[in-house]
Amino acid sequence: MSKRFGGFAALSEVSLEVAAGERFGLIGPNGSGKTTLINCVSGALRNEAGSIAFRGEEISRLAAYQRTRRGIARSFQIPRPFHSMSVLENLVVPLGYVVRLNDADARAEALRILQTIGLADKAQTPSNRLSQVELRKLELARAMAARPRLLISDEAMAGLAGNEVEEVLKILFALNATGITIIMIEHIMQAVMRFSQRVICLDAGRIICEGTPADIVKNADVQRAYLGA
Amino acid sequence: MKFWIGVAVTVALATGLALSRTNEYFFYAGFVVLQFVVLATAWNILGGYAGYVNFGTAAFFGIGAYTAVVLFKAAGAPLALQILAAAAISGLLGFGTGLLTLRLRGIFFSIATVAVIFIMETAMVNWRYVGGATGMQLLRPPVMEPFESYTRMLFVAMAILALVAVSIARYIEVSWIGRGLRAIRDSEEAAECFGVPTLRLKLFACTVSGALMGAAGAAMPMYMSFIEPPSSFSLTYSVSALAMPMIGGTSHWLGPVIGAILLGSVQQIVTVTISSEINVLVVGVLLVVFVVAAPDGILGLLKKLGWLLRSSR
Amino acid sequence: MSFELLLEAIVFGVLLGCFYAAVSIGLSVAFGLLDVPHVAHPAVMVLGSYCTYLLGRYGLDPILAGIALMPLFFLLGVAIYRFYYESFEKRGSDAGVRGLAFFFGLAFIIEVGLILAFGVDQRMVEAAYIGRSLALGEFRIPWRMLVAFGVALVLTAALTIYLSRTFTGRAIKAVAQDEPALRLMGANPVRIKQWAFGIATAVTALAGAMLIVVGPVEPSLDRVYIGRTFAVVVLAGLGSMTGTLAAGLILGISESIVLMQFGASWAPAVAFGLLLVVLGIRPQGLFGR
Repeated sequence: MSKRFGGFAALSEVSLEVAAGERFGLIGPNGSGKTTLINCVSGALRNEAGSIAFRGEEISRLAAYQRTRRGIARSFQIPRPFHSMSVLENLVVPLGYVVRLNDADARAEALRILQTIGLADKAQTPSNRLSQVELRKLELARAMAARPRLLISDEAMAGLAGNEVEEVLKILFALNATGITIIMIEHIMQAVMRFSQRVICLDAGRIICEGTPADIVKNADVQRAYLGA
Repeated sequence: MKFWIGVAVTVALATGLALSRTNEYFFYAGFVVLQFVVLATAWNILGGYAGYVNFGTAAFFGIGAYTAVVLFKAAGAPLALQILAAAAISGLLGFGTGLLTLRLRGIFFSIATVAVIFIMETAMVNWRYVGGATGMQLLRPPVMEPFESYTRMLFVAMAILALVAVSIARYIEVSWIGRGLRAIRDSEEAAECFGVPTLRLKLFACTVSGALMGAAGAAMPMYMSFIEPPSSFSLTYSVSALAMPMIGGTSHWLGPVIGAILLGSVQQIVTVTISSEINVLVVGVLLVVFVVAAPDGILGLLKKLGWLLRSSR
Repeated sequence: MSFELLLEAIVFGVLLGCFYAAVSIGLSVAFGLLDVPHVAHPAVMVLGSYCTYLLGRYGLDPILAGIALMPLFFLLGVAIYRFYYESFEKRGSDAGVRGLAFFFGLAFIIEVGLILAFGVDQRMVEAAYIGRSLALGEFRIPWRMLVAFGVALVLTAALTIYLSRTFTGRAIKAVAQDEPALRLMGANPVRIKQWAFGIATAVTALAGAMLIVVGPVEPSLDRVYIGRTFAVVVLAGLGSMTGTLAAGLILGISESIVLMQFGASWAPAVAFGLLLVVLGIRPQGLFGR
């Protein structure tokens, strides 16, 4: 697909395929188009050219909420909780709107998800009172509540300390084990390399390398993109 | 259940008052206050719950009034029918305005609602059938038993309409629709990504809001026995409908009601004792003061007070 | 409509359009660049008109009065922005709704304040160039329109040059595009925005002077100008100064033609209609970011 903003081509003919159940890593320097890419996939933005197919269905004409109902969920790089709602209620939104549970079932399910992610004791806390790492977890929990087949995690670990990164990584591995395809965007190279089965590197709106973590690390273009010529 | 008891009590109270020997002036003023309850409640459905600020209440109100006049003049329609028709037309206007601008950022929607006021007022000024720029007189139909005066009947009608408006607002607030609207208000981008059909919900809120505002406007021509563009599309309606929920509190259906009753009563007193310009000034100043100092309105202040009381025990 | 009448409408429309552009340029900065939901902009402009009127009573030429008012309005702008920032922008979350409500309330307070101070009657100023026309071949062009046109061009040019050539001007554009980057470079975005808002308000004072030169004013004039200024700013595309001139011309010419063809009661609706059309079809405007 391609995406332009005015005269600026954020994405130029980016083509990629992700297999079901795969753990897929997306890396690239700032401004390379990673967030634009997932915005196009999730429906926050419309791509100008090209097509997006999900499980055999063409989805580039669908609104974002329709794509979510088909199984695509994402977490936000800068957490965007529903700040007037409690942690629990934040999860009830997707459980009600995507999974179509009634109120009582949604609350029970929300609590269960919070327990698996370690936020159960904060269920009634207003979401605007959480710490950074708790917010990140809430972002992931909310995405989980949408019962996705594809989860896009946008820099969920940015700014977190070592053990916190471990916590989030554990959650993502666990999710993948249940069959959810995960696309991980990260700057923390260690995490990406450990997690991904395949990695793609973007630079200035184009794919410059594709392969296993080992391939990527050795690639000269990737090194140049990150460290400069 | 408590709510419905309250509704029944209010209906009984309003009717009882209308049939009693209470001073006629009470019903003149009471009608206006009840009208503001409807307008403030209607405004809050889109403004308070979803976070989209409508400056154009006057447009929906005015079109409701003119719809009622058209139906009355063309077919001698009874008040109930006038109200329904006004709600339908104003609801359509709300839907149209929303369709055009709710895809964009909030401020563009707000400016568009100002545009709607102007365009509607200009259209009515140029329409001879409803009196054009000078307006026209209207002859009230004979009043039904058991009401003594037409104004008393209008008072009861407006009371019922106010209860309908509040019931609708309350239903929206506690239902899954309300949760979706709140999600939109908190973070529209996230809401859309988590399954909330944001455009549809916003259009729904805008349509319902517009319809209720039109319904409130329908009784106006009969109340005044007169209709003309400047007073029907007066910006005071827009400022009041915005100020009352801000003052009362926007997250709960009681907020607009409190704001309307308080501010509406203040307006009546100031207009009669001082002047109508000072009245508008007071509304503007109160709006700014509350928006800056008490963002959650009176309900918010009461909540904080409740906490203080609880924690001091 | 005869060709001559059409030409006359277009000429008048060009003059009017330039005036509209100059009147909107303060909003272009305040809303287009700084993202402040400044719906009270036209009200501040009308305030400027009345201040010009007051100074006119002491014999001061309106344009000079407008220029004299600029420093005062600059301070007013700084104060308004500071208040807005402290009360709303800083607190985030619900700020959008409340900020908008604040400016709406402010506009109302200004309008009613003017009614209380001056009454609802129209006020005008007198000057050598008001009331006389320039004969140009077949046409008679009112001198006051030419003066407004001239001042408008100078103002628009000056502001455009300021924003693109001077250091502070470019800082203002930078803060509009990438505030975090600016912060990293050591500049204080709040002070820059404050300064920019002050300039926008100072410009608005001169716009108010031009307004009362072009025609009589009354307190409720801010309402129709909400439509005109926002129509220009949206049609131009947020943040585009040259676009403001183009958009102003489009509005001016459209209004002038409608005025000639359908009369004065429809002319104010043109701006609002244009605004709705632009919002519906091409919300990013002609030159939007």
